[in-house]
Amino acid sequence: MAKSNQNVNPVQRPIRKFAPIFILPTFAAFLIGFVWPFIQGIYLSFCKFNTPKDAKWVGVSNYLKVFSDAGFLNAFKNTAAFAVVSIILINVIAFMIAYALTQKIRGANLFRTVFFMPNLIGGVVLGYIWSMIFDGILKRYGTYLTANGTYGFWGLVILVAWQQIGYMMIIYIAGLQSISEDMMEAAKIDGASGAQTLFKVVIPNVMPAITTCTFLTLTNSFKMFDQNMALTGGLPSIMQNGAKVNVTELLALNIYSTYNINKNWHGVAQAKAVVFFILVAVLAIAQQAATRSKEVEQ
Amino acid sequence: MKKLIAMLLALVMVLGLAACGGSTAPAATEAPAAPATEAAPATEAAAPATEGRVYYLNFKPEADGTMQELAKLYTETTGIPVKVVTAASGTYSDTLTAEMGKSEAPTIFNIGNKSGLNDWDDYALDLTGTAIAGEQTTDEFNLYNDAGELKAIGNCFESYGIIVNKALLEKAGHSVDEITNFETLKAVADDIHANAATLGFDAFSAPGLDGSSSWRFSGHLANMPLFYEFRDDGITEQPATIKGTYMDNFRNIWDLYITDTAADAKTLMSGTGDESKAQFTEGKAAFYQNGTWEFASLNEAGLTDICMIPIYCGVAGEEKAGLCSGTENCWAVNSQVSEADQKASLDFLYWLVTDEVAAQKMVDTLGALPFKSAPASSNTFLANGNDLLAKGNYNVSWAFNHTPNVDSWRATVVTALAKYSADPTDANWAEVVSAFVDGWAAEYNTVNG
Repeated sequence: MAKSNQNVNPVQRPIRKFAPIFILPTFAAFLIGFVWPFIQGIYLSFCKFNTPKDAKWVGVSNYLKVFSDAGFLNAFKNTAAFAVVSIILINVIAFMIAYALTQKIRGANLFRTVFFMPNLIGGVVLGYIWSMIFDGILKRYGTYLTANGTYGFWGLVILVAWQQIGYMMIIYIAGLQSISEDMMEAAKIDGASGAQTLFKVVIPNVMPAITTCTFLTLTNSFKMFDQNMALTGGLPSIMQNGAKVNVTELLALNIYSTYNINKNWHGVAQAKAVVFFILVAVLAIAQQAATRSKEVEQ
Repeated sequence: MKKLIAMLLALVMVLGLAACGGSTAPAATEAPAAPATEAAPATEAAAPATEGRVYYLNFKPEADGTMQELAKLYTETTGIPVKVVTAASGTYSDTLTAEMGKSEAPTIFNIGNKSGLNDWDDYALDLTGTAIAGEQTTDEFNLYNDAGELKAIGNCFESYGIIVNKALLEKAGHSVDEITNFETLKAVADDIHANAATLGFDAFSAPGLDGSSSWRFSGHLANMPLFYEFRDDGITEQPATIKGTYMDNFRNIWDLYITDTAADAKTLMSGTGDESKAQFTEGKAAFYQNGTWEFASLNEAGLTDICMIPIYCGVAGEEKAGLCSGTENCWAVNSQVSEADQKASLDFLYWLVTDEVAAQKMVDTLGALPFKSAPASSNTFLANGNDLLAKGNYNVSWAFNHTPNVDSWRATVVTALAKYSADPTDANWAEVVSAFVDGWAAEYNTVNG
């Protein structure tokens, strides 16, 4: 300890010494604002409650209801399909745009800015704007966005792609720019074709960016809420084998509407949220492990 | 440099502590305060409360300004602090749930209907025999729990029906007196629609099914088949299932709405409430289904020659129908706050409906105030409703207040109605009926399951 202190420059020494004190407020805020509510949330998922004050322990019955809820299973399927489609679409297009904009094109900076801009608009606003755009277009064909689940699903995919491609593009551009010129030149001299350069040199070298972007798109699609609520609100809402199903509802919106049924469902919504958390955590960790393993030493 | 860094860090720490302090400080002061107020209560039951606090969680966004003003006035007169918070439109139940979990919980809150009361029964004080209950002119809008205790007091009521632009009707060669049942309504509307091109206006304003407008039909219009079915079967509580006896009547009136209008029935799902209202205020439609709460804004838009008639859908004897009147505005007092707070809250409510200034403002904002010393309302639509009742017509009560999981049930009905409107076949109407009847049973099971 004493030895390491001698190596530290004199300005930093007192700061190191008092580091715990400086960390304390933020750490306390983290405990109060995140860790404690999280633990309480897990506890409440085993309870029946109206407000958290009057929670009564009911064991796993909330979880049994979660898995027998047709709406939840439908929302799960929707979310999975949505995640697959949007991850592929967003990352492929974002990468293509980034690749194009790192070539020497006139006005590349302007394009980067323009593509990034949709990301600055909030989800609910986007949802309402796009619902007007889609309805405006579909009106010409005598139909409307919530006429069936297909329109709603692809509408959401288009909206989210439009919103997120610009953001992922920035990350890919950063990745592409970090590939050294030497390596590219060496590939050229060795006679690699354009496709070979892309798949054997560029992509392996931007793997860290791919890891980041797939992680972000995966978690974003699973947590998708505002856009889903504002665009279709889960409609169309139909009766299916005696059970009620909101055709375009994703998981987060399903949890939200479950909570709002009445007090008997507060605990069930809480249980759904816990299941949801575990699902997202497992998927995100698995995805990280899978793409990390493909990263190469630069 | 060293000093600067140290100072910056110190500043960050102080700010961090201050930020934490902001949230923890109230909790610390509340703990001792609570027993102190609880210790005092019963002694001053007779005199107006001199302590306690009032926290009014307001349900009606349009009444926010008035309530804030009255709260300030009450505090100035009595010294009792009154806090008024208004939940954003459509988020009342979320806000109520969140606020009730806090230690400074609302002392007065709104319960909309019987199923709302089922959720909040444990939190609602029994109001039987209170001064405010004694001031009521009718108990038709009150909510009673299963034990028969008065838990929430209906503090205003509203009516809805078909708003008629009488000037346009006369221009088309008709009079509002012609309309006494569905046949006559249809005859007038069909005639106007047939001549829409020459008249320059159509019969009904657009029956849009966008979220801003669909409640007029999935909620209010759907009340017609529900009301008549419940009346036949003597139902006064939320039933587990409904039969849909009057669904053909519902189809009658809905067909009329989507036929005798300028709106494109194929794309009603994107039709908004503003669009529909604009058609009426701009004189492009003679009929507009909505409620008494629209009176002031229609007046401001320059429409003075207007009245409200009942919704007719072809049920036998409907010539004697009145407007659809009811309420979702019922005051409840939180039973889980200190007795001083309860007392202060009851006094505040009593003051709202008996004080001359306050009651006048309440009437101006809410339309009608069913309390003994409240001044009369200037709302023509409410007067239309009262005239009908005075003539011996029956009140069409708000049967839709029994709807289980109401937003969800309505969403299914709207989906089916939009599909039917785009393609009005019997098969698609069967889906509306299924959304209505099967949807009811499913939602009932959900709510009680």
